[in-house]
Amino acid sequence: MSKKVIYGVYDDDDVILQAVKDIRAKGIHVDEVYSPFPIHGLDHALGLKPSRLAIASFIYGCIGLSLGLLMMWYMMIQDWPQIIGGKPNFSLLQNLPAFVPIAFELTVFFAAHLMVITYLMRCKLYPGSSETSPDPRTTDDKFLMEIEAHGNEADLIALMKETGAQEIKEEQIA
Amino acid sequence: MHYESPIREPLILQDKTLHDITEDVARPIEGKANKYWWALFIAALLAFMWGAGCLAYTAGTGIGVWGLNKTVGWAWDITNFVWWVGIGHAGTLISAVLLLFRQKWRLSINRSAEAMTIFAVVQAGLFPIFHMGRPWLAYFVLPLPNNFGSLWVNFNSPLLWDVFAISTYLTVSLVFWYMGLIPDFAMIRDRAVKPMAKKIYTILSFGWSGKAKHWQRFEELSLVLAGLATPLVLSVHTIVSMDFATSIIPGWHTTIFPPYFVAGAIFSGFAMVQTLLLVMRKVVNMEAYITIKHIEYMNIVIMVTGSIVGVAYITELFIAWYSGVEFEQYAFLNRATGPYWWAYWSMMTCNVISPQFMWFKKLRTSIAFTFFISIVVNIGMWFERFVIIVTSLHRDYLPSSWTMFSPTFVDIGIFVGTIGFFFVLFLLYARTFPVIAQAELKTIVKSSGSQNKK
Repeated sequence: MSKKVIYGVYDDDDVILQAVKDIRAKGIHVDEVYSPFPIHGLDHALGLKPSRLAIASFIYGCIGLSLGLLMMWYMMIQDWPQIIGGKPNFSLLQNLPAFVPIAFELTVFFAAHLMVITYLMRCKLYPGSSETSPDPRTTDDKFLMEIEAHGNEADLIALMKETGAQEIKEEQIA
Repeated sequence: MHYESPIREPLILQDKTLHDITEDVARPIEGKANKYWWALFIAALLAFMWGAGCLAYTAGTGIGVWGLNKTVGWAWDITNFVWWVGIGHAGTLISAVLLLFRQKWRLSINRSAEAMTIFAVVQAGLFPIFHMGRPWLAYFVLPLPNNFGSLWVNFNSPLLWDVFAISTYLTVSLVFWYMGLIPDFAMIRDRAVKPMAKKIYTILSFGWSGKAKHWQRFEELSLVLAGLATPLVLSVHTIVSMDFATSIIPGWHTTIFPPYFVAGAIFSGFAMVQTLLLVMRKVVNMEAYITIKHIEYMNIVIMVTGSIVGVAYITELFIAWYSGVEFEQYAFLNRATGPYWWAYWSMMTCNVISPQFMWFKKLRTSIAFTFFISIVVNIGMWFERFVIIVTSLHRDYLPSSWTMFSPTFVDIGIFVGTIGFFFVLFLLYARTFPVIAQAELKTIVKSSGSQNKK
């Protein structure tokens, strides 16, 4: 079964933001917006849920901190304790000041890298991906709205024109 | 909607539209290099090759080919290491700290400043690795069990902290930079006509399409990475300073080192950003984006951090006297009046006096003067590290071992080589990468573009 998709090309970020609000107010679902730069308030206007990347990053940071401390405890306290510079070698807690820098670095290392990997996976971004926007001008200066039609093409086109779209395109997607 | 006071000067000049920004950022990539680029590139490549030869000679013969002796065991190489790491700090400061403070002027310069960070940290990393003498055993610094049983690396040592700090810093800066580059590579990809360029930029852009959800995640990611990179950048030079501060060498054993080193790092890093960008804005025609206002803001940062460094120098002298420790007092007296007095006074002139000229608006908005001061500051900060390292070591507790350090041609060759390598990387970057974070810059066209300030 094929579906029909209507693309509206806009040339201003404020216009498309208002258009999204107006169209959604009419109860029509806007499937996607492609833009050359982040438009503030667009995620809210589209009804997107807030991103949870920051929470993920916090968890990754906690993992990094725990693994870092576990590693240093095992290597310096448990496996082969040595007296270095007269520092206590029998307890993690008492030797902790010397372990702060590396524990901190590993926290940042895990939080940053695992968050980036999560981001790339969630957005399905990877080297070799051939995905592009339906209109290459959306990385330059055009803004594209995508709405799936369910037999209401004429209404959608009229609505997009009314909200300031410069061009309208229809496409069949298999 | 973002509102900005009309009193603020525009950050983008010449009434640029969104499409103009695309064109201007893509032009250096799509066009051909001019003869100045080639001349600089060949000069940098020759310097790099000379340095690579000196490194090969060092690795093949041993670090006896350097000017080190048994009293001065750290000198030229560690000076260069600290100098390069310090230069790197400005990039992260611009992209992370200024992002947290919502400073829009960072958008024209953050990409190049971050590129500079990464290339500078690469140069820095070479020095400790080659100072090991057997660079092929560099993996010994990693916490791996070895052949002799599980004798681990020493987690109490600042030198090991440095390994973790520098590698975290390099990799986190790299991904921070690359995540910002993805949308810009996508822009280049969508314009590319030549099949080879299209293919390369398709791979580099990871299939970016600019969906609303992706932008939402992109902004969240940038903010959190900035939040992580800010304490990271402060920790890196803090830990570098601890390589010295945790020892008991007079002149090194001071608690002021961490903040003093961080301020010095930002100071030297901004000077290097100025040096590079003043040339780049001209060569790739970015004068509309990297304006006098940007240069002035950076000069103010140089002035403030330079003054912090000056206060730190004077505090050091005061504390040396106030501590009542004879060895400490002698170390500082020897710096200022001993055989290396010229290095100390070069440092003082370049780092304490020269940034004070930036109090004058006429001087800090002059391109020629800014360029001159940026070079002076780079030289001064190199001398700072030389003074701290060599003058503290060359007269130790035992007067019979007092000696002088003089670099050999290999020492100098490696340093020149890293400058060459740095410029090779930066010049290649300027021709193949979008040198301005154009996607993010486009967000401020309406608020800070000159057409909206009329």
